[in-house]
Amino acid sequence: MTTADLTTRLGRLELTSPVLVASGCGGSGRELQPYADLAALGAFTTASITLEPRRGRRAPRVAETPAGLLGSLGLPGPGVDVFLARELPWLAEHCGRVIVSIAGGSLPEYAELARRIGTAEGVAAVEVNLSSPDGWDRADAAARDGYSAQRVLAAVRQEVPRPRPVLAKISADVGNVTEVAAAAARGGADGVTLVNALPGMAMDPVTLRPALGGVTGALSGPAVHPVAVHAVYQVHAGLPDLPIVGTGGVRTGWDALELVLAGASAVGVGSALLRDPAATDRITSELTALLAEQALPSLAAAVGLGHRTRPAITESETA
Amino acid sequence: MSTAVPGRIRGEVLSVRRTGAYHHLTLRTPGIAANTRPGHFVALAVGGDEPVRLGRRAFWVYAADPGGLYGGSTEVVVAVRGAGTAWLTGLSTGDPVDMLGPLGKPFALPREPVGCLLVGGGYGAAPLLGLARRLVDRGCKVHMLLGAATEDGLLSPLEARRAATSVALATIDGSVGTAGPVSTLLPDAFGTLDVEVAYACGPHSLLRAVSEAATARGAYSQCAVELPTSCGTGLCLSCVLEVTGDDGRTRTVRSCVEGPVFAGDAVRWGRL
Repeated sequence: MTTADLTTRLGRLELTSPVLVASGCGGSGRELQPYADLAALGAFTTASITLEPRRGRRAPRVAETPAGLLGSLGLPGPGVDVFLARELPWLAEHCGRVIVSIAGGSLPEYAELARRIGTAEGVAAVEVNLSSPDGWDRADAAARDGYSAQRVLAAVRQEVPRPRPVLAKISADVGNVTEVAAAAARGGADGVTLVNALPGMAMDPVTLRPALGGVTGALSGPAVHPVAVHAVYQVHAGLPDLPIVGTGGVRTGWDALELVLAGASAVGVGSALLRDPAATDRITSELTALLAEQALPSLAAAVGLGHRTRPAITESETA
Repeated sequence: MSTAVPGRIRGEVLSVRRTGAYHHLTLRTPGIAANTRPGHFVALAVGGDEPVRLGRRAFWVYAADPGGLYGGSTEVVVAVRGAGTAWLTGLSTGDPVDMLGPLGKPFALPREPVGCLLVGGGYGAAPLLGLARRLVDRGCKVHMLLGAATEDGLLSPLEARRAATSVALATIDGSVGTAGPVSTLLPDAFGTLDVEVAYACGPHSLLRAVSEAATARGAYSQCAVELPTSCGTGLCLSCVLEVTGDDGRTRTVRSCVEGPVFAGDAVRWGRL
């Protein structure tokens, strides 16, 4: 049995594996090192980098819900200066390719982040966080409509040198995901990451008040996986040439393959890492085995396969 | 104090024993027990391979035996609080448990044989018994204060008496020892005993009391801080607290990675 070719492309960016660490769940990378083979990752996506250091929200910051985790972190991080000086060089050395997620509070902030990150050595691509329910007050946030998404992406694209891909990370909590994805592409996105965590809440059984210090949280985990498959399927149907990174509740190789069948060229692993810090290794080997089982010669052959008419079943040639 | 490189293993249940208010869960943990020191913790996954509860549960290591028939075993104390801990205590001998450990930075030990005060609240006494034995081995005088709400919440008072130079108990309901929180024993302990280092594990209010009492008498304190985590590895960023460094700057750090043991006078207790 030959092993399926796992190489994949996000526009101009070639990756040796479709399995990525999704934004926000891989720490600084160092935390994963004792458990996972970081060099085997397709890419490591950083937590969203902000212009200034942010302490994040008050405790409790995480609540468990059925098959999900609600996080209300408030985008804590060291800010762009410390990130570039202390974190990016380590990641670039150990993780193969680094996709840097950025989150701005305004157009000029996005542009400034894009300029600083987009020209830094060791950055494979920039991912624009358009819609974290975790990061900002909903009022000023988040380009959750096509018009704002296009404006933010245009501001970022202008600052990031052309060969470097820009991805737009979009929430499923927008009216029409395909419309927002198309607008991001018009603004200059080379691809989209689908989906961002969904807004959610839980109540505390003792205090009878919101369980999270920040009240609203970002729901991730297997609970959101079907939402991600749906969003990827919709966008790939409408925009078949737009590269997609699928992310949302990926815990197994099959979860990853579902997103690929729906149209994703790469798959981000997020909250699964909190339970299993070696999840990316396991998912990669499970995905490889599934492709072989299905006699698919490469990952590329599986991308969007769920959209194509199933051929009439014939007797296997190898039987 | 250096940090042991943690590992991820499929542990195996050797026994689940109910003692007082707690369950003692002993796991076969090849490769992990030998690197474990008092103050380390482990993070266990709950719910098996198709989990509904995704977060790990963190536990202080009560005892780690690197040898024996099982090629290394680790014992933790579980207080049942919800579905995840109930799942763990419902396991049977031979059941697998996905485990990460040893995690965090353990208690630092004094180089000289000095007087030590160990203060534990509830199951927070778990890492203190092993610590007491290590300190005694180094020639330290070890005084222990253990407290809980009721008698059945006192963790291993008999073993403590065997391990330590002296032991005093307190319960809120007065069923054993002095009536009241264990912190009521602090003035007397610091007043009558020769204490150079105080170690504490338990509720934050107790840690703060120990830290402040130690600082007031010019003693060092080391506090093991428990905060909710869903990973134990530093990824989820939920177990954060504010700590002031030697440079005078206050930083937000993760208890699971930068701790869980902190110098008591570095922690901004009022912000917890």
